[in-house]
Amino acid sequence: MINKATEIKSARIKSTQPKGSFIKAVAAVVWKDIRAELRSRELFSAMLVFSLLIILIFNFALELDIKTRQSVTAGVLWATFAFAGTLGLNRSMAIEKDRGCLDGLLLAPVDRSAIYFGKVISNLAFMLIVEVIVLPVYSVLYSINLFQPGLLLVILLGSIGYTAVGTLLSAMSVQTRTRDILLPILLFPVVIPVLLAAVKASSGFLTGAELADILLPINLLIAYDIIFIAVAFMVFDSVVEE
Amino acid sequence: MITVKKLVKRFGLKTVLRGVDFEVQPGEFVALLGPNGAGKTTFLRILASLSRPSLGQVNIAGYQLPSQAAQVRARLGVVSHLPLLYGDLTAEENLRFYARMYNIANVEERIAEVLEMVGLNARRRDLVRTFSRGMQQRLAIGRAVLHDPDIVLFDEPYTGLDQDASSMLDEVLKTVAAKGRTVVMTSHDLARAEDLATRFDILSRGVISASASRKELKKTNLLAFYKQALAG
Repeated sequence: MINKATEIKSARIKSTQPKGSFIKAVAAVVWKDIRAELRSRELFSAMLVFSLLIILIFNFALELDIKTRQSVTAGVLWATFAFAGTLGLNRSMAIEKDRGCLDGLLLAPVDRSAIYFGKVISNLAFMLIVEVIVLPVYSVLYSINLFQPGLLLVILLGSIGYTAVGTLLSAMSVQTRTRDILLPILLFPVVIPVLLAAVKASSGFLTGAELADILLPINLLIAYDIIFIAVAFMVFDSVVEE
Repeated sequence: MITVKKLVKRFGLKTVLRGVDFEVQPGEFVALLGPNGAGKTTFLRILASLSRPSLGQVNIAGYQLPSQAAQVRARLGVVSHLPLLYGDLTAEENLRFYARMYNIANVEERIAEVLEMVGLNARRRDLVRTFSRGMQQRLAIGRAVLHDPDIVLFDEPYTGLDQDASSMLDEVLKTVAAKGRTVVMTSHDLARAEDLATRFDILSRGVISASASRKELKKTNLLAFYKQALAG
């Protein structure tokens, strides 16, 4: 009897070893975030409404001719994504902190970078969904075709870099009382290289620039994405531990 | 099972723990008592690998902290005064999520067992945000023992509970301890601690100022022992 009980227990303990559970943990965090968001729609609706308001305000504020519109589109788009993204990043980590759930995640016997990657993937998914809705609205309001494969690639790369660094910094800022204002103050200076490269590459595609001129900012975006993800992977554990 | 030697924890210039020595044998139920600000929660957070010690040694189930934190976490369950549960997920979904994080085998079977143990089987498909504080705390205990840990840490588990919910929690705590698990619980509630624990340690001014087993306490009551420890 004792042996049977011990066997069952050791089987469970064995199954809790960190080895091989990394991808499962990443998938679990993504599943949890998406499931909770589908119910509450807190994060998504805030990001979407805020994005639509920004492009509407710019539309009324900048009464531009078609040519000038093309030149400002990249800047307006990335300002919209950056501001809406900050809202999403703040909310995503606040949900973890408010009910102590971040501790619950940190108590799991997995490499803590699995939590980071899970949060990055879900934050990226929410940001991309908002962008997919914002792009056609922007196209109609500004009479510009934004559905160009090159531009979509730039938006994807820029969003990856933004959420990679934003998720790390939101994990830092959420520990403070002034988290809502601290995140943009920390995030925007760090993410400037990503935004500059993204604006330049987007602008290149919108104005029909030569591919050679667009390649440099795209390569920079790829490099920033890799650097930010690698740095966050290395330091996330220290950031979340007291 | 737990051995702590000369543990120091500093937050900037403030020293919260000033050389704590603490030892728990397998199967013991230790109540860690002390006034507000004594460092009980900080101490438990270090045992749970949520906080790094500034100095000293912490060994849990044969593993050192912080270097073998993942192995320690696999053997630990933690219940705090916050539920560590997602309000927008159901009870079942919360447990399923944590089961995946702990890479537990036979997930559905284990979730059913745990929900039965904490008496929430009938509410398994309800969102956690619709639960009362007592129900959330019972589910939090279910979450903490989901992976069948050898050691369970309770940080002020009775905070915010009414009489009925506290009595119900007593029963769940007794069930958790009856399975031979090692339990460390911080509390302000001396009566409850006296009822549940097999040993009582008093943490005061950043050190363990007194320690007594239930047998040793028979000569005096816990309140007198506690007051004496704080005065000393």
